[in-house]
Amino acid sequence: MTHPSSPGTPIALPSSIDATSALLSEADYLADRSLATVLFLALKMGRPLFLEGEAGVGKTEIAKVLSATLGRRLIRLQCYEGLDVAAAVYEWNYAAQMIAIRLAEAEGGVDRDRLAADVFSERFLIKRPLLQALEPDTAGAPVLLIDELDRADEAFEAFLLEVLADFQVTIPEMGTVKAAHPPIVIVTSNRTREIHDALKRRCLYHWVGYPTAERELGIVRAKVPGVAKRLSQEVVHFVQALRKEDLFKSPGVAETLDWAAALSELDAVALDPETVSDTLGVLLKYQDDIARIEGSKAKELLDQVRAELHAAE
Amino acid sequence: MRDQGAPTRPGFAGSTSPASGGGDCGDGRLAENIVYFARALRAAGLPVGPRSVLDALEAVKAAGVGTRDDFYWTLHAVFVKRHDHSLLFDQAFRIFFRKRGYLEQLMAMMVPQVMTPMTETPKPGSARVQEALFSELAAKLKEEQREVEIEARLTVSDRELLQRKDFAQMSAAEIAAAKDAIKRLVLPLDQVRTRRLALDRRGHVIDMRRTLRASMKAGGALIDLKYLGPKTKMPPIVALLDISGSMNEYTRLFLHFLHAVTDARKRVHTFLFGTRLTNVTRALKARDPDEALAACSSSVLDWSGGTRIATSLHVFNKLWARRVLTQGAIVLLITDGLERDPDNRLAFEIDRLHRSCRRLVWLNPLLRFEGFEAKAKGVQAMLPYVDEFRPIHNLESMAELCRALSADGGRAGDPKRWLPRAA
Repeated sequence: MTHPSSPGTPIALPSSIDATSALLSEADYLADRSLATVLFLALKMGRPLFLEGEAGVGKTEIAKVLSATLGRRLIRLQCYEGLDVAAAVYEWNYAAQMIAIRLAEAEGGVDRDRLAADVFSERFLIKRPLLQALEPDTAGAPVLLIDELDRADEAFEAFLLEVLADFQVTIPEMGTVKAAHPPIVIVTSNRTREIHDALKRRCLYHWVGYPTAERELGIVRAKVPGVAKRLSQEVVHFVQALRKEDLFKSPGVAETLDWAAALSELDAVALDPETVSDTLGVLLKYQDDIARIEGSKAKELLDQVRAELHAAE
Repeated sequence: MRDQGAPTRPGFAGSTSPASGGGDCGDGRLAENIVYFARALRAAGLPVGPRSVLDALEAVKAAGVGTRDDFYWTLHAVFVKRHDHSLLFDQAFRIFFRKRGYLEQLMAMMVPQVMTPMTETPKPGSARVQEALFSELAAKLKEEQREVEIEARLTVSDRELLQRKDFAQMSAAEIAAAKDAIKRLVLPLDQVRTRRLALDRRGHVIDMRRTLRASMKAGGALIDLKYLGPKTKMPPIVALLDISGSMNEYTRLFLHFLHAVTDARKRVHTFLFGTRLTNVTRALKARDPDEALAACSSSVLDWSGGTRIATSLHVFNKLWARRVLTQGAIVLLITDGLERDPDNRLAFEIDRLHRSCRRLVWLNPLLRFEGFEAKAKGVQAMLPYVDEFRPIHNLESMAELCRALSADGGRAGDPKRWLPRAA
């Protein structure tokens, strides 16, 4: 699939759902059929993709993988409360504008209208991520990642509507900037609040859930290659069992990978109750959750996992 | 097989499908069925507009009609915009495309075929979806209950009386008058500072953009500084209302109160709990209070039952706290604190709730009694963790609450006043 990209000819977008799956797995991203379908549609229909799901299930990763496999530039906008146009879309270079005004004055005979038009021209514009994403690129339109949109306040969502619907930005002093080739837009949210329907309506929506044991095992093997076979099986099944427990925050795939890597650093070849209790902090991030699982509960889960694996053999 | 592309047969040109006006998606029966399916989804409560229907046609064309699974996820990608709609979609899809392997037939033959109306009794599925799909009558059956209008004009002294009368002792007429009074209540206008800036003469940050634009007016000779200051806005309110048997007389009026608050400010989330937790935020968004309350009661299954405060708070903490308690939310916990089975879980859950919000206000109608003492185990468990403890049993205390929310709590609601007595 990987074509060496000669400059000027962007790598073609996948032509089917299967090709999309294959493209993602090239970069060791194992997506299930539903995710591949929605991603394919987003690429094909030129629509933003809105991904929602628990933390650590690989939402942000999709944008990175797309940018890597398609050879596109990745433009990332991390959202936070108070994010505004000046930080997300564009800002004027005030210092340069001031100097321009002073110079015009020094020359004398200032024509006000001309000066205004001069000072508010592209020369003095500082482009921020959203505006950068609309610029043409020889490697093809960039991948625009709008990360953790739920962290921005509602007011910011309104700025995004124009960008996501028409891939354009209106700058009052200059006019409208429209992308010749719409960027590939991935929006992620951890659902710490509901995003407004008006924004969701402009996107294709997908809930990224936890993977099945089989897929998660594939992910661990692809991402942490050094782990012993038996250990990776036990790790995945233990995490899957943990997700069925009544925890405040269930471990995501990112935690599974961290744990597998941590255990392999400790030269473990199989799980035992002590190691589990000692390294539980990699998986669970709330003290209440750790207190619940530590000790006898961990042993119980481990026995259950072993019995399952034994039965499957 | 999957990549066969969208079927386009000339035989479909004469189709009278409602979508044929939407461009070149003349996929005959399939297009028509997607339109019908969209209509069914809409009836089941998914916000499906004409735009989504066109998107769906485009998506099916783009993805091609492959396996049933792919078709499912293709439509899912377009029609579902919220995680909780996934389930409704799933049920609607199953029911709609179940008929005699209808979907398989469609995909195999792509031959025009009369869609037989589904008149048989459906197998049990989601009541909501079934209703939407099979009974056109459902919409018409919506009863137009006209409540008897009660003359709610009172004299001044009557009004004063009404202000202090306990909700539990009110007659039907007085309740109607109280509802009216709630509508006129001055609602809390508390403000929190956000990290966003707005034009402010007394601000301290220079707004370079406005400054430059203003200076341009004078040709750049004068620099007229414009300032920015932090913008304020009303923080979200989350109300957790106990609807168990012991709170029976109060819940209706509290719901009216919450409806009025929801109407007045944007971000209000309301949850009802008895033995289980129900989110009624969307129901309360209806303009008409009676309509809103009717929608509430139809979504709740445990009216006037027992109370499981700890269990309900646990569910709230786990599923909702991280979604609704952002940006400095205030939590109004309205309960009498009479927990059915008090144990240390209650203290644990209320502690967690307290730690995840800006201000936790406990409103307890039992506080109306002069000699109230924090004796009940549930009350003792919860008191140390709340920021404020207030009565709410008549219009006066409701108005008091509104004032307290607008300003900073003050001493009146300090829960520590009650604690020494409890010890």
